[in-house]
Amino acid sequence: MTDAVFLARVQFAFTVGFHIVLPAFSIGLASYLAVLEGLWLRTGRAVYQDLFQYWVKAFALVFAMGVVSGLVMSYEFGTNWSQFADRVGPVVGPLMGYEVLTAFFLESGFLGIMLFGLKRVGPGLHFFATCVVALGTLMSAFWILAVNSWMQTPQGFRIDAAGRFVPTDWWAVIFNPSFLVRLPHMVIAAYLCVGFFVGAVGAWHLLRDRGNVAARTMFSMAMWMATIVAPAQIVMGDIHGLNTRHYQPAKIAALEGDWETSTAAPLILFGWPNMQQERTQYEVALPHLGSLILTHQWNGRVEGLKAFPAADRPYAPVVFFAFRIMVGLGFLMAAVGLASLVLRRGGRLWRARWLQRIAVVMAPAGFIALLAGWVVTEVGRQPFTVYGQLRTVDSVSPIGLPGIATSLAAFAVVYLTVYGAGLVYLLALVRRPPVPAEAGPPAGVPIRTAGITPGQTFGHPSAAE
Amino acid sequence: MMTLPWLDLPLIWAGLLGFAVLAYVVLDGFDLGTGILFAVEHQPDDRDVMVNSIAPVWDGNETWLVLGGGGLFAVFPLAYAVIMPALYPTIIAMLLALVFRGVAFEFRFRATTRRGRAAWDFAFAGGSAVAAFAQGLTLGGLLQGIRVQGRAYAGGWWDWLTGFSLLCGIAVVAGYALLGACWLIWRTEGPLQQRCRRHAARLGAAMLVLIAVVSLWTPLLNPVFSHRWFDWPGILLTSPVPVLVLLLAVGFYRGLALRHQLTPFLCALGWFVLCYVGLGISLYPNIVPPGISLWDAAAPPESQAFLLVGAAVLVPIILVYTGYAYYVFRGKVRHGEGYH
Ligand code: HDD
Ligand code: HEM
Ligand code: HEM
Repeated sequence: MTDAVFLARVQFAFTVGFHIVLPAFSIGLASYLAVLEGLWLRTGRAVYQDLFQYWVKAFALVFAMGVVSGLVMSYEFGTNWSQFADRVGPVVGPLMGYEVLTAFFLESGFLGIMLFGLKRVGPGLHFFATCVVALGTLMSAFWILAVNSWMQTPQGFRIDAAGRFVPTDWWAVIFNPSFLVRLPHMVIAAYLCVGFFVGAVGAWHLLRDRGNVAARTMFSMAMWMATIVAPAQIVMGDIHGLNTRHYQPAKIAALEGDWETSTAAPLILFGWPNMQQERTQYEVALPHLGSLILTHQWNGRVEGLKAFPAADRPYAPVVFFAFRIMVGLGFLMAAVGLASLVLRRGGRLWRARWLQRIAVVMAPAGFIALLAGWVVTEVGRQPFTVYGQLRTVDSVSPIGLPGIATSLAAFAVVYLTVYGAGLVYLLALVRRPPVPAEAGPPAGVPIRTAGITPGQTFGHPSAAE
Repeated sequence: MMTLPWLDLPLIWAGLLGFAVLAYVVLDGFDLGTGILFAVEHQPDDRDVMVNSIAPVWDGNETWLVLGGGGLFAVFPLAYAVIMPALYPTIIAMLLALVFRGVAFEFRFRATTRRGRAAWDFAFAGGSAVAAFAQGLTLGGLLQGIRVQGRAYAGGWWDWLTGFSLLCGIAVVAGYALLGACWLIWRTEGPLQQRCRRHAARLGAAMLVLIAVVSLWTPLLNPVFSHRWFDWPGILLTSPVPVLVLLLAVGFYRGLALRHQLTPFLCALGWFVLCYVGLGISLYPNIVPPGISLWDAAAPPESQAFLLVGAAVLVPIILVYTGYAYYVFRGKVRHGEGYH
């Protein structure tokens, strides 16, 4: 199936898959930094300032990678999906225009001050800049998710003679039926990504030195995040599922692995949805639970994939497994949160090495769940780009196979090199324990982008670790 | 949605997007130019100063490119849908180059070995140069015209690759390097500043020659362009352009000779603005020459009006806080002292 459409899809999935991880990191980390700086200004405790200085370097690194990967996205609609751009541009274009005007400029305008400006503008204004950057990342999520949600559950438009989508009601376009469930689900996902990453770094340093105050603080903050937000995500996910069942029943059928419409739909824990034979093989299922979860009724009616023409069905195996990965990790995160809550009594949180080891292993858990979630959403929308309205095959650019294949190869090589190096640098940053007086480079050290960075002097690799 | 029948929305949007692209060209121009000058500035300390002079602002500068692309998508979707496939290779090359140079800002300080550092310096310089060159190719490819059938690109793979587009590529690299040199004259001091004066003098001369060649070649591409430029009454509008270019040249070289800090930068910016106005004169009323006008490519008024309301309020605010960010980081950038 290596046609141009397929490669264009692979290229989009590849680039946006890289992109989404980085903004999720920035969204979570920007909010975390704002909280840290706020706590520092309020309590005056040095540990918060140390943590701020520690994480702001990681933020600078991740943000730079996020920006350039996003830049690619904003041109890819034209290079690979020009028919989509021509026809849907009038609806989604202005929303993305608002994203640039209200979010990207805000972030980038205040980022310089946040990273390098503390001595120049003073703590008050600096805190303001940090908050503005955090706000900018959230605004960005708002608009881009409005776009994506509209593509899932389109409304508020008409189609003109040239086949273009013309907006008739902007309010309906933005606040389309799935937006207000998708936005919180995504923002919480970003917080969980960062929560578990920060928690893993804290745990790693606690395993080495149980007394490190900064490591204790970050571990504890992260575990509060897990305790409170992971269960909230499960609730939000449930609401999301109800919403999707209503508006995109074929997607639900695929992610459940149901073929027959039933009022006693089982909950399939495991199996292999076979698209040719139209059944789910090797299934391990619990009766009635599917109906109960999706309709909140014991005998609720759930459509199966056979209720939809074969040409309108998403490729179920991908959706099915991605969904299980996301949900499985969601419950695991909630379990870690719960365990940490129990261990808080009597300060066992610092001594329970098993929990810390689990936390270290779960460093990428949030990101994996996030990507799995997007795969569910996007693959489940197929074969449409605008659900029920515009098919993917009618969205693609008139670019031949060799062109797309070449650019895909170039993207693969460049992204793997560049973001691979970025990951190495990020891990090198967090392997260094947070130390008191994290601020201020030693005199005479050439300054760097993260101007507050101590350590690594060029030419003295020994000073690096 | 409201419709505003008395406003010519596509024309207003052409002006606004034109402004966004101009802002991009001059702002990212000097910071890509700073990267290009790595080719002739090898001292690690000097390179740190050069990077630090733009580190707090580069992201904001690049955002104008996002506004340019995003804006085109939103208000002239047909143009976006035609230009991107037509110039596919140059756009992809530009994006990948910008990826390298964007991450190099951070990575070059994170590298722990001399080799790693050198590699990211190379990525920074090479990314800047390739991005500039690809932008020039894109500009040339657009100016020379794009074949269209129905609502889609109808040309081949290599339509964009001509002598003219290669010349535009070289001109943009030289122009950005000039802006970079002038920026560094303003923001640095000592031997680095002195060397940048020499770079600027040479690049200024190159720039004048390139402006002349591109300006003489452009009208030959398309009879419409030459009518616009050389026939009455167009000539009234166009004849001051070359005169002003020469006046700026006088100001530029005087500024260099008298060791002014800012004059060369302002004169170089002036050149860019004039070239840009010249381009506008050639292109108008088309957005994709030879056949697609602003009005053909425009999104429906509902879309244009909706975004215009936001832009009218937000662009001035953006300009204010961007200006403030530049103000916070004003003054000379010195060795071993930074923004903290
Ligand atoms: C603004 C819109 C938008 C956003 C925010 C996303 N996508 Fe998407 N995605 C599309 C707009 C889109 C699209 C343009 O509509 C594509 C291209 C072709 C298609 O069918 O849909 C698509 C396709 C697409 C595919 C291919 C589906 C298939 O071939 O069956 C995958 C795997 C993803 N995307 C993954 C993601 C991930 C991991 C995202 C997380 C950030 C994401 N998408 C965000
Ligand atoms: C196809 C879809 C997308 C496009 C076209 C896109 C476009 C962009 C662009 C152009 C940038 C760089 C902005 C700059 O120059 O500062 C960017 C950054 C960003 N994007 Fe996306 N984006 C997409 C998907 C998403 C999604 C799904 C989210 C989150 C929900 C998101 C959140 C962000 C954030 C927070 C940033 C700031 C930079 C960073 O934090 O790393 N984007 N995006
Ligand atoms: C355990 C309970 C969870 C449930 C029941 C759940 C449910 C869902 C559902 C039904 C969708 C698909 C929505 C659609 O129709 O498009 C979805 C998407 C998604 N999920 Fe989850 N989810 C859970 C946990 C998580 C976790 C832990 C994360 C990440 C940390 C996450 C991140 C995402 C993301 C990023 C998307 C795509 C964006 C969106 O559609 O909101 N989810 N989730």
